Amino acid sequence: MNTNDQQQPVSDTASPGTGDASGKGKNGSGWIILLFFVIGLIGSLAGGWLFFPDLLYSEKQQPIDFNHKLHMGVVYEGCQSCHYFREDGSFSGIPDLYSCSGCHQYPQGTNPEEKKFIEEYVRPNKAVPWLVYSEQPDCVFFSHAAHVKGADMKCQTCHGKMGQTTHARPYQENRLTGYSRDIWGYNIARLGEPKYGLRMKMNDCAECHKKRTGHKGACFQCHQ
Amino acid sequence: MKEEHGDKHTKRYGMVIDLDKCTGCGACMVACYAENNVPFKKDETDKLDSLNWIRIFQLTNGKPYPDTEICYLPMPCQHCDGIGKHGHPPCVSVCPAIATDYDDSTGVVSQIPTRCFGCRYCMAACPYHARKFNWWDPVWPADTKKYLNPNVSTRMRGVVEKCTLCFHRYQQARDKAYLEGREEIYESEYQPACAQACPTNAITFGDLNNPDHAVFKLKNSPRAFRLLERLHTNPKVYYLSSKTWVRRAGDNYLENESRPKSNRQKIHS
Ligand code: HEC
Ligand code: HEC
Ligand code: HEC
Ligand code: HEC
Ligand code: HEC
Repeated sequence: MNTNDQQQPVSDTASPGTGDASGKGKNGSGWIILLFFVIGLIGSLAGGWLFFPDLLYSEKQQPIDFNHKLHMGVVYEGCQSCHYFREDGSFSGIPDLYSCSGCHQYPQGTNPEEKKFIEEYVRPNKAVPWLVYSEQPDCVFFSHAAHVKGADMKCQTCHGKMGQTTHARPYQENRLTGYSRDIWGYNIARLGEPKYGLRMKMNDCAECHKKRTGHKGACFQCHQ
Repeated sequence: MKEEHGDKHTKRYGMVIDLDKCTGCGACMVACYAENNVPFKKDETDKLDSLNWIRIFQLTNGKPYPDTEICYLPMPCQHCDGIGKHGHPPCVSVCPAIATDYDDSTGVVSQIPTRCFGCRYCMAACPYHARKFNWWDPVWPADTKKYLNPNVSTRMRGVVEKCTLCFHRYQQARDKAYLEGREEIYESEYQPACAQACPTNAITFGDLNNPDHAVFKLKNSPRAFRLLERLHTNPKVYYLSSKTWVRRAGDNYLENESRPKSNRQKIHS
């Protein structure tokens, strides 16, 4: 993991340090206790961030291992065959079962994943409970039309190379907030490059807006 | 997150409510509850802690029988512009958490409940009692949870909420405009639920800055007034009434009070 993480805990020394004066006045052992406390604090924070950065996240697998690369070769309209804009400007997001069942009424190949898909979802006509890597909290409003149509941005700008993957990567969920790791960053100190696509925290959205549209926007631009 | 004012595309969404037409039926309130996932209690007889984003008041001229007159007055958040339209409504000025802000491009006063920590300064500052506090977590009886509007986030215990002029409908209208390559949205594309539900069309909604919108003309009607105008909150909700006592009640003049002069500099837009 990223060693830059260390920068965060170092600044923690500032606050306990200011409390020293009073301890010193009474007896010297206050110093020692504080020193050990600070060392311990820094040690465990750094240890956590450096060696167990994933402790905060639980991992889940997608219900079906979807192969983007393979499907891009068999559909006619590229990404739009499955991820399209509806007439009212809303974005279809992850395709519903209906988009798949046309081809997958019967097995197209011998892949066990496909067999599972047909038996567990297509035949019983049950929607696949996909996990959305980029899912924002409920109070956030995001507009694909504004970015893809209005600002002419590529999917890759925000989602990374998702469209060319052959396997669905595991979904990582923040144990505390329940949010996906994709929107909450790969790095607590927010240094270095994120692994997949762009970071999608509020400040990241606002940063690009400031750069591209000249203002960060009012709260209601992105909230509902 | 403040920006420059005064560019010519700046909109000021607001409404004009014709009190001569309002029958007090409450359709606007019902529509608002359904549209905005406003929680309700099992027993709504105690109105003190009811939540509602638009409320109907009953005014009376206080005269005995043959001369008694009643007027119903629906009151949503007034989306104040503040003095000189500097985007400082009373609630926004006092919020210590920036959980509410003034959107310069639309004039809408937002409320971000996830940011709010429930100090309720804004409720104290609001002269219209337009803000409501969630004393409990919402309870959605039986399967009504499935009927919640997915475009409006639900709130939790301990936060303040209020009318947003159905801003999610503006967001959706913008989406459609982006898809069709339009800069502007049409008047009919963005209408709040209360305006659409009103059976007598008493509520008109639109951009107060746009001469093509119906509200533009209505707000300059000689019948028009705003609530507590003397406080200089500069609301974007206008009322129409042909009755003088209603217009007077709108500014809460006391029995023996003549219209104040020095206090009442006209803040028009
Ligand atoms: C055959 C239909 C199909 C096509 C074509 C397709 N996708 Fe997908 N896409 C899916 C399905 C199903 C999922 C959900 C499973 C997953 O996340 O792997 C998905 C998920 C995604 C996600 C993840 C969203 C998230 O945050 O969880 C992105 C991004 C994406 N697709 C982009 C693309 C791009 C870019 C293309 C074109 C290069 C494309 N897709 C083509 C079916 C398709
Ligand atoms: C245009 C037709 C078409 C559509 C639409 C389509 N698929 Fe496929 N799918 C195929 C073909 C062809 C294969 C390859 C079968 C093989 O050779 O193993 C395949 C393979 C698969 C596999 C096996 C994975 C692998 O690596 O071989 C899965 C799982 C799958 N599809 C799921 C889906 C889902 C989910 C959707 C809906 C979002 C979908 N498909 C939509 C044609 C389609
Ligand atoms: C400006 C960055 C950005 C761009 C560009 C972008 N997306 Fe997204 N996408 C997001 C965000 C943010 C979300 C999460 C939205 C939410 O949860 O409300 C998302 C969600 C999704 C989802 C999951 C939606 C769901 O809930 O079912 C899919 C699929 C997706 N995007 C595909 C695409 C495709 C395909 C493109 C290119 C046409 C694209 N995105 C372009 C940021 C972007
Ligand atoms: C890489 C740059 C970039 C990122 C990242 C980005 N945006 Fe944007 N966004 C834009 C641009 C550019 C526009 C203006 C499009 C236009 O008006 O043509 C825009 C417009 C919007 C709009 C529409 C505003 C309107 O006037 O209707 C919303 C809503 C929005 N962004 C939300 C988000 C959210 C939420 C995120 C973070 C998850 C985000 N954006 C991330 C560049 C970005
Ligand atoms: C450019 C788009 C954008 C703007 C403008 C914006 N936000 Fe956000 N906000 C987001 C996104 C995206 C998230 C989710 C990711 C995160 O938590 O950082 C978020 C999350 C939040 C959260 C945490 C919600 C949760 O459930 O975790 C709060 C609180 C919040 N915003 C308040 C505000 C306030 C107050 C304003 C106005 C001053 C504002 N936001 C303006 C995009 C925006």
